[in-house]
Amino acid sequence: MITIHPLRWGKIYKSLDTFDVIHFDTGEAIAKIGQVNGGMVQMDMRKCDQARKALRSIPTDELISMCEKAAHLFENETLSVGDGTQSVDEFIHQQSASTGLPEHMCRNNMKKNSFVLSNMRKILDALTRGLDLDILSRGYGEEGRNVTVSFQCQSPVLGAVLPNNSPGVHTLWLPAVPLQVGLVLKPGSQEPWTPYRMISAFMAAGIPGEAFCLYPGGHDVGSTIMARCAKSMIFGSAQTVQQYSGNPKVQAHGPGFSKVLLGDDVVDQWEDYLDLMVESVASNSGRGCINASGIWASRHTREIAEALAARIGPMEALPPTDPNAQLAAFTNAQMATGTWAMIQQDLSESGVEDMTASYGPRLIERERCAYLRPVVVHANSPSCGVAAKEYMFPFASVVQCPQKDMIKSIGQTLIGTAITGDEAWIDELTNATNIDRLNIGPVPTNRLNWLQPHEGNLTEFLFRSRAYQIAPLRVAVGS
Amino acid sequence: MTVTTPKWLADSAHVIQAKATLDQHAYEMVQWHFHESTGSPFWLAKKKELKFDPLTEVKGFDDIRKFPEFEDEWLRGGPVERWIPKGLAGKPTYVFETGGTTGIPKSRVVIDDFRIDYENFSHTLPDHYFPKNSNWLMLGPSGPRRLRLAVEHLCQYRGGISFCIDLDPRWVIKLIKKGWMEHLEEYKKHCIDQAITILTANHNIKCMFTTPKLLEALAMGLAEKGTSIAEIGITGIFSGGTEFTPQWTRFCVEELLGGLPEQSGVYMTPTYGNTLMGLACSRPITDEDNYTIAYYAPQPRAVVEIVDFDDSNKIVGFGETGRVKLYTMTKEFFVPGFLERDEGEREMPYEKYPWDGVSGVRPYRGFASTTTVGVY
Repeated sequence: MITIHPLRWGKIYKSLDTFDVIHFDTGEAIAKIGQVNGGMVQMDMRKCDQARKALRSIPTDELISMCEKAAHLFENETLSVGDGTQSVDEFIHQQSASTGLPEHMCRNNMKKNSFVLSNMRKILDALTRGLDLDILSRGYGEEGRNVTVSFQCQSPVLGAVLPNNSPGVHTLWLPAVPLQVGLVLKPGSQEPWTPYRMISAFMAAGIPGEAFCLYPGGHDVGSTIMARCAKSMIFGSAQTVQQYSGNPKVQAHGPGFSKVLLGDDVVDQWEDYLDLMVESVASNSGRGCINASGIWASRHTREIAEALAARIGPMEALPPTDPNAQLAAFTNAQMATGTWAMIQQDLSESGVEDMTASYGPRLIERERCAYLRPVVVHANSPSCGVAAKEYMFPFASVVQCPQKDMIKSIGQTLIGTAITGDEAWIDELTNATNIDRLNIGPVPTNRLNWLQPHEGNLTEFLFRSRAYQIAPLRVAVGS
Repeated sequence: MTVTTPKWLADSAHVIQAKATLDQHAYEMVQWHFHESTGSPFWLAKKKELKFDPLTEVKGFDDIRKFPEFEDEWLRGGPVERWIPKGLAGKPTYVFETGGTTGIPKSRVVIDDFRIDYENFSHTLPDHYFPKNSNWLMLGPSGPRRLRLAVEHLCQYRGGISFCIDLDPRWVIKLIKKGWMEHLEEYKKHCIDQAITILTANHNIKCMFTTPKLLEALAMGLAEKGTSIAEIGITGIFSGGTEFTPQWTRFCVEELLGGLPEQSGVYMTPTYGNTLMGLACSRPITDEDNYTIAYYAPQPRAVVEIVDFDDSNKIVGFGETGRVKLYTMTKEFFVPGFLERDEGEREMPYEKYPWDGVSGVRPYRGFASTTTVGVY
């Protein structure tokens, strides 16, 4: 069994406290992870300037090339992780075993992370709007209009309290490295695999270890990272997002409440978009914030719900190694039973109908874990409570709502796919402040264009534009 | 389970001698607490409920197990005078409280025990790191727990003067329960700021008592000011009050104190104690021993046993896990077997303390989820 050790500015720390990572189905320990405490993080953060210094010693262009190399290593090679090595297949198996995600989904998430890393040059070009990255590195420069521009790095490191359940989100912190900002990561207790493998790949590609800390540990570790890093990101619940709302030090990521909106001009052809709806709701087992939890239209909603239910309702809980598995296990069975209890409460409201009821039981309880098979509900009004719900499995409410009321009724929406050609409505959607990523036209919510910012632009989070004036020194000749 | 023989193991002659001392002490204490002329109203009343005569049927420590388990609930509420043995009536008396986060706190009357316990403890401290005549800082919970009295006496007994910064753990627990984490941080900072002020005011403070959490916070506070516990002149730390894990202790020694004593010049001794028992000392911490913290009760005045979770009269094997059971047998207080809120592993007798010890002390699994621990 592999033992994974905390990493403190690239140096392995063999902790006396370890935590067993457990196989969700068999209960077998698959790894031991050394634990640190908040005090260690606090001690280490006194040296965080060294991380940026180490990264700034390498030209940005070279760092990007190293990221490309790291992408290849991450996706294809056996890497050293903890006190052993890890092949690609071992990584996939370990990640699936602890998170409950089917192995083929783990493989897809791995590809996604690798894709972002290998396309870092394009991504940074898009995020910085073509800025010469040396200007970020040096702190100032000439942008080409005979004007000096300066961007002040707001933190030598980016802290991140990472989630347990969704290996795809790691794409969000990857660009920090070529931006010459160190990483201070608290991996999720069930998903240490991606951060560890990624940092191993970075280091194998030549990026200095001094730029990285990996701190598995308890809540005090997360809170210390948040308190001590001038810029950090956290993944959590709606409550977590609310807690950090308006805090300029923190980028909080939570539920997405992403939606597909069908315009009145296309809704009569809704069947043309059924595949898009299925993918948006059910890809990656519906776990992500980018999965749609709502399908909104002014009419045909019951038919849409019926058709969607017919497509995803029959999905079965299959073993994670099965290439046809489409559902992830709830590794904590109580979370599944609790979720199911909440859904039953949602269904008891007038105007709400369970469209997947005829496809067999939804809650599947196993000895050590549980599954929730997809649920599609029909809500005849946006005022139904279920219209604003999101759960961590393929779940969607199909909501009947007049187009004119849709924007104000959908609430906060991370990804809004609006299928319409109605220019006036597109203009309203474009100006709406409650939709973050807006897709106009048939783009499934889960298909992200990585050249676009996600929940804020990381470069704007890490760098601040400021004034920088230079006047030549008057130096006496011969002095 | 294979148990290897450690270098520090007590020899059997000392173990036998210590047991004989314990038997004699247990006999004398039972005679004292259950004799009509010297016993406390509480125990004299309890004697009537017993199915045996403690005066004739308790001949040694093993007979103490004939008593029903001590219930700490008996300590809640008054009149507190019922606990004062008649043989000590009229002496100046203190009350030490424990718990009290909700409801009526548990109270123990104390006359001289804290002085005796801490004087005994003083003799275990290495003078090189706890120099005689140097001053102390007491940074930790006092108030109704009266820990300050004991630490101040320890300091005075060693010829020094103690400075005191108080922390109210009951308020800390309330802050946590209310979720007022900012207030919690500010309160901690308030305590640490006061401590740093005292430590930097040229008072020749070389020794201190503090809790693990406050020690960490103090070290961090000093680090932020560009200094350290060693640099500020502290050489001896007596710490206790909350759980020590080997990993935390290692972190403390290596990173907060600057290394083991011979390297850093700072000696930290973890202790385990409470209002009922007094103070248990620890075996010296070593990296070879993986920073194991093993405590030994101040026998014969107090005894620690590690007992089976299902049978509190059955002592587990060495290295095995069980619940901590305490006995206190002083002239002031008699506790014939109390199941603590902790569990741990039974340790072999140590050369300086030739009787059973306990390591890996942590909240008892049956209570762990309902108890707020280690908050200060």
